[in-house]
Amino acid sequence: MLTEVRWHGRGGQGIVTVSRLLAYAALLDGKYAQAFPEFGPERRGAPVTGYTRISDEPIVIHSQIYNPHVVVVVDPTLIGNIDVARGLIPGGLIVAHSERSPEEVKKSLGITNAKVYTVNAMRIALDILGRPIYNTAMLGALLKAIPLVSMDSMTKVILERFPGAVGEKNVAVIKRAYEEAVGV
Amino acid sequence: MARLMGLTGNEAIAYAVKQCNVDVVAAYPITPQTIMVEVISEYVHNGEINAEFICVESEHSAMSACVGASLTGARVFTATASQGLALMHEMLYIASGLRCPIVMGVANRALSAPINIHGDHSDMMGSRDCGWIQIYAENAQEAYDWIIQAFKIAEDPRVLLPVSVNIDGFILSHSMEGVSVLDDEDVLSFLPPRKPVITVDPDKPITVGALCLPDYYFEIKFQQIQALKEAYNVIREVNREYEKLTGRRYDFVDSYAMDDADAAIVCLGSTAGTAKAVARWLRSEGKKVGVVKPWVYRPFPEEELIKALGDVKALAVLDKACSFGAPFNALCSDIIATLYRYGKDIKVFNCLYGLGGRDITPNDLKAIFNDALEIAKTGIVKEYMKFIGVRE
Repeated sequence: MLTEVRWHGRGGQGIVTVSRLLAYAALLDGKYAQAFPEFGPERRGAPVTGYTRISDEPIVIHSQIYNPHVVVVVDPTLIGNIDVARGLIPGGLIVAHSERSPEEVKKSLGITNAKVYTVNAMRIALDILGRPIYNTAMLGALLKAIPLVSMDSMTKVILERFPGAVGEKNVAVIKRAYEEAVGV
Repeated sequence: MARLMGLTGNEAIAYAVKQCNVDVVAAYPITPQTIMVEVISEYVHNGEINAEFICVESEHSAMSACVGASLTGARVFTATASQGLALMHEMLYIASGLRCPIVMGVANRALSAPINIHGDHSDMMGSRDCGWIQIYAENAQEAYDWIIQAFKIAEDPRVLLPVSVNIDGFILSHSMEGVSVLDDEDVLSFLPPRKPVITVDPDKPITVGALCLPDYYFEIKFQQIQALKEAYNVIREVNREYEKLTGRRYDFVDSYAMDDADAAIVCLGSTAGTAKAVARWLRSEGKKVGVVKPWVYRPFPEEELIKALGDVKALAVLDKACSFGAPFNALCSDIIATLYRYGKDIKVFNCLYGLGGRDITPNDLKAIFNDALEIAKTGIVKEYMKFIGVRE
């Protein structure tokens, strides 16, 4: 079973980082994974995408991802500005950073054939990290919506990538986002 | 004990270079290869490898420094892409002509103009005839494995030729995948320090690169031709020894589902992976298709290709670089020449794809397989040259 994830954010928000953290956790789970950025130059603040592939079998495909199973919207200002649902497979999943309810976001996106989860990632980041860095919160919300990797592996990866207090705090961010994310 | 790391193609090559205990790295950064030399410079800075990192002002200087270092008996690595490789062109011939076993990572990228930073094979194909051994990796694991093998092949006294290990720009250079890496001690036992045959030494001066007129030049070139032939045997030996160490089998050619294939795609690098995935889907629909990927492009593995192709009836050969004005692009010309030499009547058409980083999709590959199957059935090639995904 191959799952393809597309990440939406803006340059500087750590989109490449989260796409890779998810892939690292999948590798720890004994799965196969790929993570890659949107190819080309990066501009701070401009909309960017990142991608993660996870599978139980070796992944040989190296084309771009056109029809993801899952879309994660890390930047809340993108909804309504770009078509975050483009190419999403029927019955797919959107995990969005938003203060609004999943019903409202689903309505504003104008989609019917997909599950939508939302979480107020900014609030969680400010509460725990004291800074508006909310990419890791979206990992927690993603795992609530779909258990692509185990929380154990995710935690290990975070603690390895961010040693010390920063890692502990990011684990807390992920766990709280996991609890608070709601879907429809 | 091998361990699994999540590495991009660039990082996988840098990690392999570290484990190979290089003595000298001279390089100039260029997208999409930059991270390769960035990571190596960090290793040097942190004292993780005891190497000299020479920051140079251009790729021409990078290769010049590599040639000089290699002649002293050092183990030498560099990396580049695109315009950087083009700027090195002159020095590539000097590296092979002076028999310097330099290993170079290339993150393949299109050539200007118009300027473009994305992946295609124009850079390496533009230097195709430079006398280097040329290897194309399909993924980060292969890139890691080939770098370690490349030093052993290059430095073998029977070879003494430079080797380029190519990875598709961005597609592999920037994609993270699981890579099984060896322990440092295992790499060291597989690849002991270089034992140079002749070195430049201030205490025992020799002349290197002297003027060579019509009375000797041709013989020197003939020796290079012989060395590439000899490399053929050495590559095979090194592949088998590496297989014993790692369990991963490398060869001149990688073939997938070719046993009873009617039609096949031949291509280099990461595209072969996507083609394998598509071949698998088509096989589940009962379509007999396969994939053949030359790992080693120079020396061109004629015998292994003929073996891999078996009784296939039609071939789509995919080229990711344009040989402007030529009857076919580079890989396809080589395949057709090989079929001619072995008297094989296999129908062939050439697909030019991916220029400037245009993605080749599973659907593109499915259509190419279906075209090849049609030719296998009818024996008629209607179009000898197709342009995949281009707007006319």
